[in-house]
Amino acid sequence: MKLRGNVIKYGDNVDTDVIIPARYLNTSDHKELAAHCMEDLDKTFVSRVRPGDIIAAGQNFGCGSSREHAPIAIKASGISLVIAKSFARIFYRNAINIGLPIVECPEAAEAAAEGDELEADLDSGVIRDITTGQEFRTEPFPEFIQNIIKSGGLLGTIHNS
Amino acid sequence: MAMTMTQKILAAHSGLDEVRAGQLVLADIDLVLGNDITSPVAINEFAKLGRDSVFDRDKVTMIMDHFAPNKDIKAAEQCRQCRDFCADMGITHFYDVGEMGIEHALVPEKGLVSAGQLVIGADSHTCTYGALGAFSTGVGSTDMAFGMATGKAWFKVPSAIKFNLRGELRKYVSGKDVILSIIGMTGVDGALYKSMEFSGAGLSALTVSDRLCIANMAIEAGAKNGIFAVDEAALGYIRTHGGAEPVVYEAAPDADYDEVYDIDLTDIEPTVAFPHLPDNARTFADIGNIRIDQAVIGSCTNGRLEDLEAAAEILRGRKIAKGVRTIVIPATQQVYLDAMERGLLKIFIEAGAVVSTPTCGPCLGGHMGILAAGERAVATTNRNFVGRMGHPTSEVYLASPATAAASAVTGRITSPWEVMDA
Repeated sequence: MKLRGNVIKYGDNVDTDVIIPARYLNTSDHKELAAHCMEDLDKTFVSRVRPGDIIAAGQNFGCGSSREHAPIAIKASGISLVIAKSFARIFYRNAINIGLPIVECPEAAEAAAEGDELEADLDSGVIRDITTGQEFRTEPFPEFIQNIIKSGGLLGTIHNS
Repeated sequence: MAMTMTQKILAAHSGLDEVRAGQLVLADIDLVLGNDITSPVAINEFAKLGRDSVFDRDKVTMIMDHFAPNKDIKAAEQCRQCRDFCADMGITHFYDVGEMGIEHALVPEKGLVSAGQLVIGADSHTCTYGALGAFSTGVGSTDMAFGMATGKAWFKVPSAIKFNLRGELRKYVSGKDVILSIIGMTGVDGALYKSMEFSGAGLSALTVSDRLCIANMAIEAGAKNGIFAVDEAALGYIRTHGGAEPVVYEAAPDADYDEVYDIDLTDIEPTVAFPHLPDNARTFADIGNIRIDQAVIGSCTNGRLEDLEAAAEILRGRKIAKGVRTIVIPATQQVYLDAMERGLLKIFIEAGAVVSTPTCGPCLGGHMGILAAGERAVATTNRNFVGRMGHPTSEVYLASPATAAASAVTGRITSPWEVMDA
């Protein structure tokens, strides 16, 4: 699977309270959640995000609450991929479980600048910064997790088993 | 293979003799937990499977605590969705207003968790039950749905950091000060994907309530779980609360740890985590004059009876400073009742605090004490992220019940040692 989009860049420890503030957790509607995505960190996100855009962030992305509303809001905003130096563990499994592509790649997350055009090949683990010409390699997911992704998320594995 | 406590529990629940750090396993679960925020998402996912029953109606629990009693119409709809689902599925352990409490205080109190068990909860602070020697960890709503359907969850077996405790806590110092100082050392991602394993001679000096508080905040160091060696105190708690027969797992003497911290509890001082991360920990030598607008005493971290007793000891016969809105939230109905019978509620009210029904409420900026722009709160809660308790420019300072009570009295962030002249 190849993904291509422009970078929206954030720093370290982007927590789930800023990804989707708790005051909006009285709904599980994906569009409503997307309408408030990143609101307490970056008020411009909702107006500038374009389908396919890629978030590049620092360490411990998605720390804090277990709210699945956070990856749901990001996915429903049109973000195709999140690249970070590292992910908080519940966010990591939630993203995999709902089918939001994420890649842990400290080098790419560091090098990518706001607005850069990136292309990521999830099968080969190669990330290309088209704007700068740099190329990065990541470890592909283990087979167990690839199976979840191929099944369209964790619940898909029940139908397939 | 020399396994840690967590690895032994994961192996036993995966039908394996041994597991290694990094291995992916599909494990049997003893309890699946959800609340009024995370369960609706799980119920929607579960519905797509077209199943008419959960894997075991005694092993699923839903607790209405975050925005309950319903804070608005949408919250009311979410609670109703949970209520209807639990009725349809015949879920035994559904806790609504009148029976509910903050989930991580309620689950141990109701005896729903025991040593050696494996618990997943669609709430990050599910790691609390490690205090009783269970492997328990926070997951998302899809994991909850998968768990309700199959009785299983996938895990990457974690490596571990060992915290070797010795000594005894000084007066007015509690488990909250211990965990805030530990997170100050590790950082908010210092234990990312790992277990935090607590053991050593100092364990006997920590009450079960202290341990529940410490394990509760393991997630704030990024950990997958926090877990305590099981001793008589833990077993006594499990028996008293009617938990299942405990299965005690001990870490192998030569178990492999990524890091070992030796902590003398006697060295721990009252500790406060400054905005906007829980690892921004300071002791009072580095805390200046910080005026507060609100004090919150409660939450899954610090809403147990022992926490209210610590706060009441400081507030007894004192008045809360004018302009400090002090909100005390017993974590469960039982804690509320016990606090009433022991006269703690009278102490709080006479000091000028309000006492609320159990709810997560202000901890996550839900209701019952939201902060305006620029306001500051000292809170016994677990997170101080941007906007956590209200307006994005408000600030939350995390502290123990004793420190929160002392601060309410003076109107600025204050050590209990100062107020009690200790």
